[in-house]
Amino acid sequence: MRAGELARSRRRQEAIARAVAYVILVAGAAAIMVPFVWMVSTSLKDKDQLFTRELQWIPTLPVTVQVTDQEYNVYTSLSDGRYGLLLERLPAGKMRIAWLGKERPPETLARVPDDVETVLEEQVAQYRRPGARWSNYREALTPPNFRFLLYLRNTLIITIAALVGQVLSCSLVAFGFARLRFPARGPLFIMVLATMMLPAQVTMVPLFKLFVTVGWYDTFLPLTVPAFFATSGFFVFLLRQYFMGIPLEMDEAARIDGASSWQIYHRVVLPQARAAVATVAIFSFMAHWNDFLGPLIYLGSPELRTLSLALYAFQGEHSVDIQLLMAAATVVMLPLLVLFAVAQRYFIQGVVISGVKG
Amino acid sequence: MRRSSTLLRREALDGFLFISPWIIGFLLFTLGPMAYSLYASFCDWDMLHPPRWVGLTNYRQMFTDDFRFAKSLGVTLKYSAMALPLGVVTSLGIAILLNQKVKGLTFFRAIYYIPAILPGVAVAMLWKWIFNPESGVINLLLARLGINGPGWFTDPAWAVPALVIMSLWGAGAGMIIYLAGLQSVPTQLYEAAEIDGAGAWMKFRSVTLPMISPTIFFNVVMGIIGSFQVFTSAFVITGGAGSPAYSTLFYVLYLYQKAFNYFAMGYACALAWVLFLIILTLTLIVFWSGKHWVYYEAERKG
Repeated sequence: MRAGELARSRRRQEAIARAVAYVILVAGAAAIMVPFVWMVSTSLKDKDQLFTRELQWIPTLPVTVQVTDQEYNVYTSLSDGRYGLLLERLPAGKMRIAWLGKERPPETLARVPDDVETVLEEQVAQYRRPGARWSNYREALTPPNFRFLLYLRNTLIITIAALVGQVLSCSLVAFGFARLRFPARGPLFIMVLATMMLPAQVTMVPLFKLFVTVGWYDTFLPLTVPAFFATSGFFVFLLRQYFMGIPLEMDEAARIDGASSWQIYHRVVLPQARAAVATVAIFSFMAHWNDFLGPLIYLGSPELRTLSLALYAFQGEHSVDIQLLMAAATVVMLPLLVLFAVAQRYFIQGVVISGVKG
Repeated sequence: MRRSSTLLRREALDGFLFISPWIIGFLLFTLGPMAYSLYASFCDWDMLHPPRWVGLTNYRQMFTDDFRFAKSLGVTLKYSAMALPLGVVTSLGIAILLNQKVKGLTFFRAIYYIPAILPGVAVAMLWKWIFNPESGVINLLLARLGINGPGWFTDPAWAVPALVIMSLWGAGAGMIIYLAGLQSVPTQLYEAAEIDGAGAWMKFRSVTLPMISPTIFFNVVMGIIGSFQVFTSAFVITGGAGSPAYSTLFYVLYLYQKAFNYFAMGYACALAWVLFLIILTLTLIVFWSGKHWVYYEAERKG
């Protein structure tokens, strides 16, 4: 009886807690989405809709009326709601309007109406209807504004070269630390972990000097070559942890069959560690795709810019064309969103491994 | 006997061969530059001429005659003091909610985590627009509530809080780590606590918190290191200036300016070493304090 009561009250408590949790989680998720929605919404607006004082989520476009071969913007009177065509803007905030009437104007007219009046800007409002300005994307992503394909190519070259380098070198090194016995293995591995604590700024200036001296400034080499030397302590650590979980007997069995360490590495251990390798590959991709400081320091020529660096430069040149900036930002974010959608498991796994170390 | 020792030698040789990329990389890209950086920190060096030894001058100037050094340290500390605790509370809070066996866990986890994976430059640009004082979505939303929003990145008092809010948006990585920690707490412990008559709060205080304290500990350490490395957001939002009135002059941003705007390479190296010492000290303090609040199961058994 007593136990039954306890269980029932516990179930009720849990149900309430779950309902409260649900409400907060949904609210939080909505809050997380606000910046994304705002970004996409902005990227589809035209310039006139950007710097308004009222909150407008839905992009609108000005309505125009075609009269013979001329297009006119439509305005509405704030006092009586009549529609009119803007004929011309005059000095001192005055406008010449040809009034139509109170019905929504048609798309084309045979001739401009005769009821022409000069009004003040404050007396009318531009007549707009919901509609997306997709051409922002074309404008934002084509030269001379933003040489998207070139920057994409640059980013891909760096990202893929570094990814191959990291996966190759870090897995080799991790294999050495996980499966082979050699003198000073422990202390050396502690050194690997210690480098994770070292802020990159300590080596930043001498590395810059080094790469300038060997003539690698303004090339992709400073951003890719170090990746081939297991410079990420985190990846070495992550792979070593995973390799250690693979039964050592498999190595021994292979050795008895005459396999070399190299064969054990790529025939026995690597095939078993696909998940860990995928995690490292994804994190390496993300780190290099998103890197800003590296390209900022080492790439001088505009033709060598990565997407992130180009986005920064674009912001400097087009600071008022927010709709173009947001369109470009959306496109630069997109590949990571796609990658996350197809490989969520490995993202989560990598984060979890990085956190359970404590 | 002989055979096994040859095998061992063979294995040791292989071992060194396998880790040789790291050894080369460590010497070439870490240890060598570290040593040079330490040397350069005692030099006047513009990278065009050879470094000239000046002893402790850089360090002395930093602590006695560099307004911007003090400012950048203050900005960074202020940011850390706000972003770290808020980050822990937010991400732990979300993780606890997600751990209530809610439906759609994968969906929520994805939504909360996505901001953490996006390119820093694009994210910074987006938030600069979100925080636009006149037409940004935050102030427009505040206006609907009848609140006159601050100038955010244009106001020295509000620039850092704005960056803190931005950092909370990306707190999803911590959330995933805490969630994994929470899921590994044995359910028997909760059941035992319930039999002892513990309510929800008591269970959280006496079971959840101690069991995940090592995870919190690790995240605090990584958070300290991370918050001292803020660069991209401040750089992109202020065009590298750290404005207004140096209110976003983060430590690493200042270091970058010294190195690549002023070509004071020796001074930049000295700044980097001070940064390293600060991070090391704070980490050691957290480690030391951890003895008092971090609970390790293995210790109790031992």
